[in-house]
Amino acid sequence: MSDKKKELKPNTYKFDTLSLHAGYQPHKNAGSRQVPIYQTTSYLFDDVDHAAALFNLERGGHIYSRISNPTVGVLEERVASLEGGTAALATSSGMSAIFLTIMTLCEAGDHLVVSSQLYGGTVNLFRLTLPKFGIQCTFVKPRDTEGFKKAIQKNTKGIFGELVGNPGNEIMNMPEIAKIAHDAGIPLMVDATYQTPYLCKPFEHGADIVIHSLTKWMAGHGSSMAGILVEGGKFDWMQNDKFPTMTKPYEGYHGLSFAEEFGPTAFTMKARAEGMRDFGPCLSPQNAWNVLQGIETLSVRMKKHCSNAEEMVKYLSNHESVAWVSHPSVPDHPDHELAKKLLPNGRGSMIAFGIKGGKDAGVAFINNVKLASHLANVGDTRTLVIHPASGTHSQMDEATLKFAGLSHDMIRLSVGIEDIDDIKNDFEIGFRAARKPRLVSNQ
Amino acid sequence: MKFKVNNNEVFASTGGRPFDKKKPLIIFVHGSGLTHMTWVLQTRYFAFHGYNALAVDLPGHGLSSGESLKSIEEMADWVNDVIDAVGHKEASLVGHSQGCLVTVECTSRYPEKIKTLSLMGGAGAIPMNPELLSLAENNDPKAVDLMMDWAHGPAGHFGGHPVPGLYHINTGTMLAKSRTIQNTLGVDFRACDNYKNGFDAAKKIKCPTLSILATDDKMCPVKEGKKLASLIDGSQVDIIDNCGHMMLLEEADRVLTVLKKFITTNYPPLSS
Repeated sequence: MSDKKKELKPNTYKFDTLSLHAGYQPHKNAGSRQVPIYQTTSYLFDDVDHAAALFNLERGGHIYSRISNPTVGVLEERVASLEGGTAALATSSGMSAIFLTIMTLCEAGDHLVVSSQLYGGTVNLFRLTLPKFGIQCTFVKPRDTEGFKKAIQKNTKGIFGELVGNPGNEIMNMPEIAKIAHDAGIPLMVDATYQTPYLCKPFEHGADIVIHSLTKWMAGHGSSMAGILVEGGKFDWMQNDKFPTMTKPYEGYHGLSFAEEFGPTAFTMKARAEGMRDFGPCLSPQNAWNVLQGIETLSVRMKKHCSNAEEMVKYLSNHESVAWVSHPSVPDHPDHELAKKLLPNGRGSMIAFGIKGGKDAGVAFINNVKLASHLANVGDTRTLVIHPASGTHSQMDEATLKFAGLSHDMIRLSVGIEDIDDIKNDFEIGFRAARKPRLVSNQ
Repeated sequence: MKFKVNNNEVFASTGGRPFDKKKPLIIFVHGSGLTHMTWVLQTRYFAFHGYNALAVDLPGHGLSSGESLKSIEEMADWVNDVIDAVGHKEASLVGHSQGCLVTVECTSRYPEKIKTLSLMGGAGAIPMNPELLSLAENNDPKAVDLMMDWAHGPAGHFGGHPVPGLYHINTGTMLAKSRTIQNTLGVDFRACDNYKNGFDAAKKIKCPTLSILATDDKMCPVKEGKKLASLIDGSQVDIIDNCGHMMLLEEADRVLTVLKKFITTNYPPLSS
């Protein structure tokens, strides 16, 4: 027997175990091994005193499923645990999670600094909708780290970006941008939908709020819409006077100061107590349950997504019909080194590539692939393709396309977890069709 | 609210209600390395039901200034100073873990001022694991991770926070890491390890006392809590099944229900 003293190690559950168990105790739910679907709008109060205590945040519990629901609550805790966050609030979609985050943080007259490479719907929210609420935004290219600093104004309340830009795969230098935000006394909000906590935990790199469209890789099966905001718990809302709605007495709850009372969970508490109450973008318990099923296999799926994506990068990079390939695993990708640091478990399964022959070739490719699905989603278990110039972004002129990082030859590919040979064979069909119009035009 | 004790600024949560000198005072004292926020699921109830609920941040902890106090005896005197500083002549004390050592010592020293004593996860002594103590004193974040692991029962490790969406192991970790670990947790652990007067202090306590213990508490096991309670005349004991040391989060509702009954019976609120 060794005399060596055993080193003390924390035995808190690790990622794969939390994916299956976090947020749920069967013995409190009739021993049900699976998380029950609480398909109910409302919850009985024990007595009048109990009702008053719940409404006044004096004790935890559920009142009405717009504000909280036990099935949704399991999902919230599970994602918070996986991200290393203190608290989370699930919503009906990723967009509603972003909206709720901004409306919890900002008031009319406030300003945000925002990465320019975002999902189109998010761009519209920041560019067109938030100004209607008196919230202005300055867009900065994601690689222009110094530009984020220069764009900060006296009334700036936060920086927002997607960790990996859509669709160009530009990577924000999260640690440096977080430092810029924190030096200015404002939080960094990161949409990490493409990564999931399996590939990157943004709180470890300085983010303060993480947002996911759970519809994508987290749920993974293309069945259910859902979103979530997760709080890191480190940001000090009381360090300056920029966030009075977090620090000053709030009339809606008898003069409650969220920051004083709830500290590392203050943002989520406010988003739920105020945002869910007033805007109401709640997640259905059925959809929460569907997302939970996906999360159970998150790490297994993400490994396969990433290995298939890297195979596809090799295949596309050597293909005669492909002009260029953008994926952070490619050595000449401008953010290759940063990706290794921020995404150590894999670089994700989103690939953008240019098809030789431009827009016509892109259309022919999309119209002829049989296995890959042509649709407006990403992060399904199935392989998805879209040609932005003829589809999602067809209304953009040349200059706007360029600003959005798009080109006529770009195909956006969300690599699924099918057999890799079947995906390649399908792409061969698409490429053959794409070459035909060029052959005709060359004659 | 903020006020001064020994020239240092003290922060105490009032449970969301303004401080009102007419109402009886309950002081909540947190455990090692933690802050007033551990009490959020207890203080708001009392604050809205006829009491001044004061969840203090010990010096050097949370939002309070100054340096951490180095002994349980100093902390006990400091709690007495808090009662004076807010203009009260008496108070009911509630402690968790290290806060139990502090409130037991305070009650024994100032018996005329302390009207009831509620102990959660308490013991007469809390000797520290030497390696854990060393990690905390050397500012190693592993000390917090170990504490959070041991402080939560098997069920608590899965989560299931009473407030929807909160994941309490990470929340506790964030609280314990909010200030420099060696200056908070390190000093607190050393103070606990050095404190030897708990059992003698307990014998002097005459006010109504409640001990809430948990079957899966590894840090202050039930038998240690019972031993302490047995030394206090007429002490009540309530044992929570399937729960760890962080009972005030893991089983917040049960704790509040028991605490509410005990305090309102023995130290009635100001009737509205």
